[in-house]
Amino acid sequence: MVGDVVVRLEHARRTFGDVVGLADLSLQAPKGSVTVLLGPNGSGKTTAVRTITGALRPDTGRVEVFGVDPDVDGEAVRRRCGVVSAKPALYDRLSGRDNLRYAAELWHMGDDAPIDASAARFGIDEALDLRVGGYSTGMKTRLALARAILHDPDLLLLDEPTSGLDPESSHAVLRLIDEMAADGKTVVMCTHLLLEAEGLADQVVMLEQGRDLIAGPPDELVARYWPNPRVLVDAENRVSLDAVATMDGVLAFERNGGGATVDLDDACRVPDLVTALAARGVRLTRVVPHEPSLEELYFAVRERGVR
Amino acid sequence: MRTRSRTWVIARTELRQLRQSPDFWLPMLILAGLFFVVIPTFLLFAITHVHNDAVVAKVATTLDVLPARAKAAIHGFSPAGRTSYALAVYLFAPLAVIVPMTISTAVGANALVGEKERGTGEFLAHSPATEREIYLGKLIASLLPGYLTTIIGFGIYALIVNLIVGPQVGGWFFPTSDWWVLMFWVVPPFLAITLCVVLRLSARVRSGAAAQQASGLVTLPLIIVAYAQSSGVLLGAGSTAIALGAVAWMAAVWGLWRGSGAVTRARLLGVEGPAL
Repeated sequence: MVGDVVVRLEHARRTFGDVVGLADLSLQAPKGSVTVLLGPNGSGKTTAVRTITGALRPDTGRVEVFGVDPDVDGEAVRRRCGVVSAKPALYDRLSGRDNLRYAAELWHMGDDAPIDASAARFGIDEALDLRVGGYSTGMKTRLALARAILHDPDLLLLDEPTSGLDPESSHAVLRLIDEMAADGKTVVMCTHLLLEAEGLADQVVMLEQGRDLIAGPPDELVARYWPNPRVLVDAENRVSLDAVATMDGVLAFERNGGGATVDLDDACRVPDLVTALAARGVRLTRVVPHEPSLEELYFAVRERGVR
Repeated sequence: MRTRSRTWVIARTELRQLRQSPDFWLPMLILAGLFFVVIPTFLLFAITHVHNDAVVAKVATTLDVLPARAKAAIHGFSPAGRTSYALAVYLFAPLAVIVPMTISTAVGANALVGEKERGTGEFLAHSPATEREIYLGKLIASLLPGYLTTIIGFGIYALIVNLIVGPQVGGWFFPTSDWWVLMFWVVPPFLAITLCVVLRLSARVRSGAAAQQASGLVTLPLIIVAYAQSSGVLLGAGSTAIALGAVAWMAAVWGLWRGSGAVTRARLLGVEGPAL
């Protein structure tokens, strides 16, 4: 997966008057990877995307995309980028087809641009000759997606692409990301919806107030915050689970509404733990290894600070 | 594979959007119809056919403001004929200025701020189009509707004038040489200068309403200057008009060359301050 670096931001800073869009952002997106920018509203995700395409120039710091400074040769960079912004940015008075044709012509694709194929990929082909003003939010996002991939971009930038979408449209977005990554394209996606980033991200960059808090593959980040194996256990009588707290190899024990969470020094302890509980007459109903989600990681970073 | 200039692509898409908006072009069409057809037809027909000497005399007194050269050029077999000739040639001249400026200014004022307001500026900002291509595309799209309406309206106006006034002055006489100069030498650069300023405003303000208001302030003095010149009041006509047109062309070229600096991607995204 990891190859050349397609996107490189080094200490990028961008202010808008008194408002700081990016305070000090550094990130790298390797070729063929999916990088997810996580962060609350106002954390600088959109400004980061705009800086990557060269639509915004950083006040200080360095930006390099495809080995080029987008401020020096923005046209070369933007020709290879596809962007889906938070709002679909479509021309409501034009038909879907005219919107796609406009993009095809701006990207110098000529008359044989795959307009119908691109629309069909997102199930919007039948509405292509209707005015975009009459489209639903989901249809607009699908059209914006079709427009973003029309020129087969090497770098796809998605800014909150699933916000306000129905499950079907959200699924279309996530499937696109998967397919793009499988085709060796580079994807950078901004979101504050952690569930949708789950399983997609090769790399997570967590932003807060225009800074990168932490960055890395999700597994590595999880290991940083949860270095020990964690198991979720439950029993018919949950009070009986308290016996786990004093067993060998148990580093932490917490009973909660869903049973108990147990941190062990080694995953090999699990069979011993089950045997010991059974010997004490505890009737277990669930023993599952727990892999913390991005959501848990996100809150762990915010609560426990950067590690 | 055939590719088109991005400037032309942007202009054509802007024009296509205008065409799809009858709420925009219908009032413009009515405006052009009023100025080029309804008002001239009504007035000229009334003067040449009603034979009311008091009315003709009253209208004729308004022609005293014309310079001597203009007065000397007035033809006609009768007071009504001379009055209608003067009206057709001199007093309706501002129509040729007001119509294109009104239409083009309305289009131009929204051209860039509209992208910002609708959020489509984000698309353009991330596109490979350069700032100059965006600027020129918007300029062409603003210029064409006004100028084409004027040229077509001018043709219809010429026909009406010749049909109504012609028999009173010895045949078809319109357009006169001054009108040719006005339409094809004076009006285009004035229009371009106005649009350069209007597009600069459109790129910098935060709303379409603000752009329209600011554009009105710019357009009004230019309409007055162009009108004064077109009627021969300001600097006389003939060679002076050609000289004024030449100066206006130079100013227009300079404005066009400088104007693209007003378009920045940050402004298309709506994140740059409104400082003028």
